[in-house]
Amino acid sequence: MTYICVKFNQEKMEILVCISKTPETTAKIAFTDGGKNFDTQGVQFIMNPYDEWYALVRAIELKEQLGGKVTVINVGDAASDIVIRKALAIGADEAVRVDVNPQSAIYTAKQIAEYVKSNSFDAVFLGKETIDYNGAEVGAMVSEYLDLPYFSFASNIETDGLKSRITRDVEGGVEISEVEGRFVLSAAKGLAEQRIPNMKGIMMAKRKPLNVIPAVGEDDSLEIISYDLPEGKSGVKMIDPENMDELVRLLHEESKVI
Amino acid sequence: MSVLVYAESPKGKFKKTSLEVVYYGHLAAKAMNTDCIALVLGSTSDAAVLGKYGASKVIHVTDDSLDNFDAQTHSTAITKVAENVGANLVVFGFTANGKALTGRVGVKMNASILSGVSSVPNLENGFVLRKSVFSGKANAHYNLKKENKVISLMGNSFQIEELGSSAEVETMTLDLPTAKTVVKELKTVEGTVPLPEAELVVSAGRGMKGPENWGIIEELARTLGATTACSRPVADTGWRPHHEHVGQTGVAIRPNLYIAAGISGAIQHLAGVNKSKVIVVINKDPEAPFFKAADYGICADLFDVVPRLNEALKKFKQNN
Ligand SMILES: Cc1cc2nc3c(=O)[nH]c(=O)nc-3n(C[C@H](O)[C@H](O)[C@H](O)COP(=O)(O)OP(=O)(O)OC[C@H]3O[C@@H](n4cnc5c(N)ncnc54)[C@H](O)[C@@H]3O)c2cc1C
Repeated sequence: MTYICVKFNQEKMEILVCISKTPETTAKIAFTDGGKNFDTQGVQFIMNPYDEWYALVRAIELKEQLGGKVTVINVGDAASDIVIRKALAIGADEAVRVDVNPQSAIYTAKQIAEYVKSNSFDAVFLGKETIDYNGAEVGAMVSEYLDLPYFSFASNIETDGLKSRITRDVEGGVEISEVEGRFVLSAAKGLAEQRIPNMKGIMMAKRKPLNVIPAVGEDDSLEIISYDLPEGKSGVKMIDPENMDELVRLLHEESKVI
Repeated sequence: MSVLVYAESPKGKFKKTSLEVVYYGHLAAKAMNTDCIALVLGSTSDAAVLGKYGASKVIHVTDDSLDNFDAQTHSTAITKVAENVGANLVVFGFTANGKALTGRVGVKMNASILSGVSSVPNLENGFVLRKSVFSGKANAHYNLKKENKVISLMGNSFQIEELGSSAEVETMTLDLPTAKTVVKELKTVEGTVPLPEAELVVSAGRGMKGPENWGIIEELARTLGATTACSRPVADTGWRPHHEHVGQTGVAIRPNLYIAAGISGAIQHLAGVNKSKVIVVINKDPEAPFFKAADYGICADLFDVVPRLNEALKKFKQNN
């Protein structure tokens, strides 16, 4: 018996997912050369959680649902290969690394946009921000370079590959929009559930292609002059649990926040 | 040369962050020896009020289609106005829409772009701004090297002051592309201040034992006029809605007062709340790491302390 599978109004999706490498969340943050450089000594790096947990997993789910392909892109040096392999183990089909250590979001965005221009994708996904520089900038910049609609902080997307309905987190609620055709999306919590790579995925990842390409253009818009550590708290004042009037008095008179 | 600030007006009203951006624009313009011009897009009732917070002039692009948020159309409108007034610094709020626009306008203007800044530009050696990095664990000082600069301001970084009277409003119409994005619905809760903008926050964690016990937290928040928040495991298990999750992988907040009950103070939690001006920790474990990051600590059972604090606050509110 043969089955003929007819798909109505459903298109395969080729999605590019941008991933970056960030210090692990418990990493000790310190600087060398009198605050000039971030001290990477002993720091473990991971895939940026928003890229991994939400952007990548949702892209893989859409591929599983509609067919198509998931490509991951990283702008970084060879130290990124470990997080790229993890993305392949979770289920991406292939990977590209633009071989440069970017100093600014705009330079990163430029590399990604150039790659999209020469390779055509239906959508570009990335995490809403990185947990190191917390800029939430690259997505907006990529979409501008490509002149595409942009949905920041998406917590839900339903699509048939042609028409998409996207929920964005905004202050105090959500905004639901519709778009036809190609777009860029940044992923927030809720877009998908984290997936842990299994043994088969890890084995397969080793054989998936990882292309290394050179960077284009100059990275000349920003320069970090120095870093410093915020002033710590001067020490906790313990309050008698029986005396909440005292706490209220301190909040009013000493710290003046109520 | 001038400073252009974009004052967001969702549903026609200015948010606190919009006023902060105007006030910051005024401070930056003063440092740069120029004027601060505020920009309003779409329908708004009272654009002139921005003069009070430091705008020397307000430009109001009245096109109704701008009530529908579309990052492409909005960024085109803002860039056109920036060119029109010769702005070389454009300032946004570090808000949901600000984040969607800063990068776009920056690319259009071939600018140096920096998000989430918390200082007035220092012009001694270039154009230097500070921003918090590594989820609040450090600050970085950046020099913005391009002629044009597009930045966004971290909320609650400056205390707004009323400076002047209302400003002259110039209405403008622009030739704009049709939006590719159609907003179907904007669902926001009314009555409570959203977490990223909240000045007072009451937060609770796994020490609450279960979602049925949250009444005391909600009551305390009501007495204070505070917004409620929670730790990540509490949102992950569905005890509380996701939007309440604060921390490195949730919402980063910087209220004036953060009260944390039954939260241990894991490094990822602290990363999202360590910019709060005053932190009060209620925890029964004297070894809880959160005490090290707190200004005031109460080492006791939260089920006793929280209602007692609520009573004390009620008494205070009656007398003040
Ligand atoms: C990559 C990554 C990202 C993360 N991101 C975040 C994040 O963004 N936000 C976040 O919050 N967490 C985050 N976490 C989780 C974080 O590591 C902690 O597990 C979490 O913050 C703990 O939540 P909690 O304090 O509510 O629970 P617990 O650590 O279980 O603490 C409960 C506390 O309640 C106290 N307690 C219990 N009963 C009472 C009582 N009756 N009275 C008073 N005190 C009581 C206990 O002493 C304890 O200190 C992240 C973890 C990872 C690995």
